[in-house]
Amino acid sequence: MDLIADHISHRFGGLDVLDNVSFTVASGEVVAIVGPSGCGKSTLLSILGGLLRPSEGRAELRGSPPDNSLNPLTFVFQDFALLPWCTVEANVAFPLVHTALDAAARQAVVDDALRRTGLSDFRGAYPKQLSGGMRQRVGIARALAVRPAILLMDEPLSALDSQTRELLMEDFVRLLADGAMGAVYVTHNLEEAVRLADRVVVLSRRPGRVREVLSIPMTRAERGGIDARGKLLTLQNQLWSLIREEAIDAEREVQDA
Amino acid sequence: MPSVRFKMLERAPSQDTQQDGSVPRPVAFRGAGFVPGGGRASGWIALVLVIALWQFAGSAGWVNPLFLPAPSAIAVAMYKLAVSGALWQHVSASVVRIGSGWLIGTVAGVIVGFAIGLSTLARGVGITFISALFPIPKIALLPLLILWLGIGEEPKIATIALGVFFSTAISVYSGVDAVPRNLIRMAQSFNVPFHAIVRRVIWPGALPSILAGFRITASVALLLVVSAEMIGAQFGIGAFVLQAGNLMQTDQLLAGVVILSLFGLAVGKAINVLEARLLHWR
Repeated sequence: MDLIADHISHRFGGLDVLDNVSFTVASGEVVAIVGPSGCGKSTLLSILGGLLRPSEGRAELRGSPPDNSLNPLTFVFQDFALLPWCTVEANVAFPLVHTALDAAARQAVVDDALRRTGLSDFRGAYPKQLSGGMRQRVGIARALAVRPAILLMDEPLSALDSQTRELLMEDFVRLLADGAMGAVYVTHNLEEAVRLADRVVVLSRRPGRVREVLSIPMTRAERGGIDARGKLLTLQNQLWSLIREEAIDAEREVQDA
Repeated sequence: MPSVRFKMLERAPSQDTQQDGSVPRPVAFRGAGFVPGGGRASGWIALVLVIALWQFAGSAGWVNPLFLPAPSAIAVAMYKLAVSGALWQHVSASVVRIGSGWLIGTVAGVIVGFAIGLSTLARGVGITFISALFPIPKIALLPLLILWLGIGEEPKIATIALGVFFSTAISVYSGVDAVPRNLIRMAQSFNVPFHAIVRRVIWPGALPSILAGFRITASVALLLVVSAEMIGAQFGIGAFVLQAGNLMQTDQLLAGVVILSLFGLAVGKAINVLEARLLHWR
């Protein structure tokens, strides 16, 4: 199943946020979206996921989702968006409650999601009892439980410390390794973008336009090796050179405001 | 030969006095106080001390018992009321009025509060009416309600219900508004149906505010029942207190006040239990 951004523009009141953004996320592909602060990355993701109606253009799906997918487009949120009154298990089960799955099947799905994210021993804990990294794991487990075709990740690691980020990045690499699931990964972290994505969409400063689309010419498995580090760093520098001037302008704009 | 760094970490006794003659001293602790919370025991001890002082002042004849009877006299008055059955008669009349009025006001307030919280149209209409009607002291409406509903229990219950309704509606829609939008968007992103979002996200998210509202409406109900009973009732704690005051029976008057205080405490305790059970996740 492909996800298509088709000439998407958006404005909030009189403020143009996105301008004519178009690209396609092919089945199983991971696309990172980077750009200066305020360029509309998160707005674009909300539009792609159907949480926001664009002012112009539209988000489209092409092809059928996998048969067993309960929610083809599934978000992983920056702030985790966990229900604080529910245990880890209940949070993971939350999107399944209204589905046609019977209780046994639901439990099996939840158990599998908890196992894949290493949360089996924490199923009875409440979010307030967990670290930031563990909370995001719950968010990931909840997303996996509905067997998405495409994960929509809005800076999923930005609220975490660097060690936890590294561990969760390894989890993402592992989860996306088989290509069964695609992802749109919004981030301001260029290292994360080149580490995870097949392609990186670079947005200009507001109103966000597609400035460049950069392909990462190696598989995710190859990127873990020492040889790849130099190449990834070059790509990262290339991205930074694209963004740097506009990031400075965007920062200045925020200060002036 | 030990490294310079190692030497720096060594703390020989001679180093207690530095070369310039100064002696190391501990950093003064400055982080005391400004911590919310207090000892339960201190509150009870203070209460007992005040009652003891009050009793002593009464027994020693420092205070005229007509104006302020001693706690023992109030206890005796309460005992006599209990034995005669009058206590039960007055308390049960008040409890029925409070219970009915609070329940009607709460149910209506929760429904209207949720409607305002969830519907743009209901918000537009409801907030206008609530803003206009909430500030009116509800007891001022009792004569009108008597005119409409007769002189029975209905106007008193309606007065309480009205007082409870507005506070409940406000606390409910404020609670709904306070539910983090990201949780609602999360549920929508999983295609969770509207009714399930209300039941599983908005209701538990608004519950802290709703329970805080219950605490306020319980006080409002108590205030209104006493006022309403003072204006037009034969039985009830309010009527009893007024009657005792008219007859200068201050021991009985204060017995009524103590009963009201105990009632308020009991309701507060019940809400505490409810909060502990329903909001344990906080």
